[in-house]
Amino acid sequence: MSDKLRVATASLAGCFGCHMSLLDIDERLLELIMLVEFERSPINDIKQIEPVDVAIIEGGVANTDNVEVLREFRRQSNILVAIGACAINGGIPAMRNHFSVKECLEESYINGIGVLNPMIPNDPEIPLLLNKVHPIHEVVKVEYVLPGCPPSGDAIWTFLTELLEGRPIHFPYNEIHYD
Amino acid sequence: MISNLETAENPEKLKRVVIEPLTRVEGHGKVTLLLDENNQIRQARLHIVEFRGFEKFIQGRPYWELPVLVQRLCGICPVSHHLAAAKATDMLVGVKQITPTAEKIRRLMHFGQTLQSHALHFFHLSSPDLLFGYDDEVRHRNIIGVIEDYPELAKKGVLLRKYGQEVIRLTAGKRVHGTGAIPGGVNKSLNTDDRNYLQKDIKQIIEWGEDAVELIKTIYHEHPDYHRDFASIQSNSMSLVNARGEHELYQGGLRARDAQGGDIFDHVDGVRYEDYLCEAVKPWSYMKFPFIQSLGQEQGWYRVGPLARINNCESLSTERAEQQRLEFMPLENGQPVHATLATHWARMIELLHCAEAIEQLLHDEDILGHDLLLKGDMQARGIGVIEAPRGTLFHHYEIDGDGVVQKANLIVSTTQNNQAINESIRQVANNYLSGHELTEPMLNQIEVAIRAYDPCLSCATHALGKMPLEIELLDADGNSLSRIRKQASGEICLGR
Ligand code: SF4
Repeated sequence: MSDKLRVATASLAGCFGCHMSLLDIDERLLELIMLVEFERSPINDIKQIEPVDVAIIEGGVANTDNVEVLREFRRQSNILVAIGACAINGGIPAMRNHFSVKECLEESYINGIGVLNPMIPNDPEIPLLLNKVHPIHEVVKVEYVLPGCPPSGDAIWTFLTELLEGRPIHFPYNEIHYD
Repeated sequence: MISNLETAENPEKLKRVVIEPLTRVEGHGKVTLLLDENNQIRQARLHIVEFRGFEKFIQGRPYWELPVLVQRLCGICPVSHHLAAAKATDMLVGVKQITPTAEKIRRLMHFGQTLQSHALHFFHLSSPDLLFGYDDEVRHRNIIGVIEDYPELAKKGVLLRKYGQEVIRLTAGKRVHGTGAIPGGVNKSLNTDDRNYLQKDIKQIIEWGEDAVELIKTIYHEHPDYHRDFASIQSNSMSLVNARGEHELYQGGLRARDAQGGDIFDHVDGVRYEDYLCEAVKPWSYMKFPFIQSLGQEQGWYRVGPLARINNCESLSTERAEQQRLEFMPLENGQPVHATLATHWARMIELLHCAEAIEQLLHDEDILGHDLLLKGDMQARGIGVIEAPRGTLFHHYEIDGDGVVQKANLIVSTTQNNQAINESIRQVANNYLSGHELTEPMLNQIEVAIRAYDPCLSCATHALGKMPLEIELLDADGNSLSRIRKQASGEICLGR
């Protein structure tokens, strides 16, 4: 445990594509676990947020739960990384910012095609939606951003290994450009 | 049926247990249980807590953005959304049949996708429960534990997924959120270098696919009673089949069968889905509850996905997978198999099928063709139906004369499994948890049931979790009497 980098990951309002890209390091995953200890992450069953060196956050902030989880991750981490377009600027889910929450909910649950009993879900178990989807830096301080939708597995690998080595992070051209 | 656990009579008098976030599933959801003073479970629900509003915000966007935009619902099976949207836009641009090269490239992309998704689901997410047991230590019960204890197996899983992702990269341009399919066809085919690169490993991938089926078969037969009974429910099934009734993932008619295997409908053109399916809304979940109209909401819910597809089809078109299907079907003496955990077995048969189908396509010269795109007369309405890894997926769009989206309706696979997943967790709550002191491993059984469906809660929110596992005891007025908090270390804290 000791000298491994402790890493936690979370998906807020994102599509899990950035997490999939993390798995796209393929066989390097077997190497990675020698270097990194995973704390709470969707890929394991740890549900408590423990203190970590690095927290990697996918997705923007769309509801009250997102705010709470993000703040808790911030409190518990030294370095917080915004990964992917959604965490960095809201991404596709932020397209709903052009409409009111009411319009979006009504479209899905009231005006939807083939809906039997139109109503908007309102149980207390469901967290409240925010009026707008926000990038995570509007809620907490962010140390690094890793752009892409999603960034490639190679870019994530470069990022983590450079960070582990304590080097400034430089990407080869092909890892940050898609042309 | 245990639907009576859906809603408790006096919820305010009950203890509430939350499992959140759900882990080793793909997306955002939580489960709540309400218990009485004897720990009898009175209510169990899977909630989808995130809402995105795709149906609204794609209004006003040009139709040609749909295949690249809507796939961002889900990074786990983006190709399914990419292709369902592409098929819907084929219809919008008036193309009934795309070119052979375009169709084969799309099929190749889709087989690659189903292969990688099934590998991910089985090896990375579910295998820890199956290999170590649901009550294995929390910190060990994950893919990293599998890498440590079974490095060869874990590596096969990782490389199977990698291969599927490489097929996607070469057909769609990028592993996650590619751009290969466009309205009326595709924007690239393979060149011989790409083909040779993929051909190099395919024999090995098929071998490993077969090993995966053998592995799950062995696991199943080690504890046959457990695998048959755990989370099992009787349900209707729906899937696509081709004109011969064969297993089909890309293009076919809808077939629905009841729990005994009797026809409900067959070879229905997906374009007419509105005549057959309806959706109900419940106040406690953002995920709707679809059902078959003719049977009504109570009786009409159904399962989709690998188990439904294997139950519903007459055969699989590839040799080894068909052999495996023939070994699978006698499980219930030729009746449809309703063992929820058998879904993993069905999933691995499909993984093998995808590997074989990829090999066949790699020998087809059409994938190197240059005839990629067709045009037709614009239509106002486009509907695309496909079998995503987790089951049938519908995309429906309506556009105006300028090609701008006016209306959209998406019915994703996991939504169609909503009632079935809820029924399965109620079965587990009732048969395995009720009356016991709830511990972390016991609660993991709920998630074991959910994982069998391979739910993509991410898509289903067209959703995020909160805090740790927490049990709160409330008095009749809803005041908190005591609170039990489960730490990640496994230690249980009591407090107010
Ligand atoms: S940035 Fe792209 S891949 Fe990452 S969560 Fe957002 S949509 Fe998905």
